[in-house]
Amino acid sequence: MLSDLSDRQWLWGAAAFYVAGLILGTAALLRGERPSGLLIYGAILAGYLLQFVGLGIRGHATGGCPLGNRFEIFQFTAWSAVTLYLVVGVTFRSSILGYFSSCLGAALTILSLSIPSWDAVRRTHIFGNNPWIELHAALAIFSYGVFGLLALTSGLFLLRHFSLKSKRLGGWFSFLPSIIDLDHIEVRLLGTGVALLTLALAFGSVYWSRDTASVGHAKLAATVAVWVVAVAALGLRMTGRLLARRFAWTCLVLFAAALLSLGAVDRSRHPGAVQASLRLGP
Amino acid sequence: MSEPHFFVMGVTHNQAPLEVRERLAPASPEALRADLAAVSGLSEFALLSTCNRIELYGVAADPGAADSVQAAYCARQNFVAAEFERIRFRLSGREAALHLFEVASGLDSQLLGENEIFGQVKAAYAAAQSGGSTGAVLNRVFQKAFQAAKHVRTHTGISSGQVSIASVAVDLAGDIFGDLAGARVLVLGTGEVGEATAKAFRSRGAGDLAVAGRHRGRAEGVASGLGAGVLHFDERNSRLADYDIVVCSTSAPDAVLSASAVSAAMRRRPARPLLLIDLALPRDVEVSAARLQNVFLYNLDDLARIAEQNRSAREADAARCRAILAERVDGLWRGVLKRSLGAQGAGEPPGQEAGQAASP
Repeated sequence: MLSDLSDRQWLWGAAAFYVAGLILGTAALLRGERPSGLLIYGAILAGYLLQFVGLGIRGHATGGCPLGNRFEIFQFTAWSAVTLYLVVGVTFRSSILGYFSSCLGAALTILSLSIPSWDAVRRTHIFGNNPWIELHAALAIFSYGVFGLLALTSGLFLLRHFSLKSKRLGGWFSFLPSIIDLDHIEVRLLGTGVALLTLALAFGSVYWSRDTASVGHAKLAATVAVWVVAVAALGLRMTGRLLARRFAWTCLVLFAAALLSLGAVDRSRHPGAVQASLRLGP
Repeated sequence: MSEPHFFVMGVTHNQAPLEVRERLAPASPEALRADLAAVSGLSEFALLSTCNRIELYGVAADPGAADSVQAAYCARQNFVAAEFERIRFRLSGREAALHLFEVASGLDSQLLGENEIFGQVKAAYAAAQSGGSTGAVLNRVFQKAFQAAKHVRTHTGISSGQVSIASVAVDLAGDIFGDLAGARVLVLGTGEVGEATAKAFRSRGAGDLAVAGRHRGRAEGVASGLGAGVLHFDERNSRLADYDIVVCSTSAPDAVLSASAVSAAMRRRPARPLLLIDLALPRDVEVSAARLQNVFLYNLDDLARIAEQNRSAREADAARCRAILAERVDGLWRGVLKRSLGAQGAGEPPGQEAGQAASP
């Protein structure tokens, strides 16, 4: 029975659990209560597992990491962010971060599932049968997921900062983590994202140096720009020159830049890539 | 035959914000008492001056004496009389007595039901007594107020689960630093409020505490009670960068932490937030320090506003308290009138107990 489900059906199931987390959290906040960390974590974990199965089926069918079109990139980015949350969330013990993670997961998965054209065709052999290129792509998109979670944390930081400066500490502001905790997690996430993206670019550059024509200028410029912004933000933060609100805003801009760069990445593929029509599921 | 004119006038947190109350706080209560003692027709008086209220209680044969008290107070404070007239409250007779009952019970406090005000009213009464400015009416009204305040605190839940300024300050520090074990706390000032706040920080796990006071000996006494270190008061600016939380509660007439000093400290620790809790009146920290990045400045009004959010939970108890106090003040006022009329019948002026020197 379950084996008859298509990859998209699994992914719709994942989206439903992310939306459930969003609804549970919103309902609690509207009642003026702290969202239940256990319920939200459970909903996100269920969504994550279903998404893992869906992406696994897609990857198995295509014979590689499912990054063949915009739909798959968005799904993989959401999955990466949720993966990080499931690790970070346990130590962070913040149901609010879980709530916003479910919002991000729901937004990215629902958006990609509800635009059929994003998944109408996918390129095959995008990695030129080179596992290093595949690792490069997977690491790069995974780092974008980390930047997604970083953007959420930065959003929480800005809310907490606003509540402390404006002296509004009641209501659901009281559920926010401390500003120091948020700052620490921001730095760690940015460091993780920079490390992953640096590795991704390092693997990619080895391949690119052998065949510079294989990567379009737009993709090259976009990904390097994202990497430069990330490294610069981390460097300035570590040297105490980019702090507090400015650092949080920079992290938000970084994720926006990463999302925008996906367009350039998606358009610029390995020349050997072949466009293939997909038989869409429900 | 007329009742003694017992009145209260003043300004509280209900009428005026912190910056106005700062201007109204008497720099020298002794000088103000001397001014009031010179007011013609005023037979008794007491001055209650706290962070949240400046109140003058008086007894006079002539109701017009209240205007003279107001004029003397404004002149002493160099405060525009018309502005004071606009913001002050004035009550007389039973309503004035009921007000004192409610103040002593914590029902008129910014933090509903707080205990500290009881001690402050007692101190104000003791100061008036020692200055010889109390008589039959004030003695009776204040003593009955203390009895009533004790009664409602014992027989209602007005004080249970109350939120003190100290606990609000510690919660606030938690919103910034999370676990307080790694936070370094400096207490500037050795008053009761600062000490209570320092104790609250200690009980919530703040590991590193230091006390600095303008009087070194007193600072050492407070520090030893808290198991804290002592910092020389003159080093407060140069060592500011070493601390994450600074609790200010000095009685200095001017700011003891300037915005430039805070700015200089932040340049040495830009990545770590600094929480400044200013519990003093006049304020100890220059207001413009709040604009600095990573600096969070909270004063008494701010903390009280946060605590106010818990007020609704105790409103039902407050209503019960008010009913009890109204009943008691009725009994008191009947007694005051009876004694007053009796005294007048015996040829004594109202508000003067037999055998007690006319005051002031």
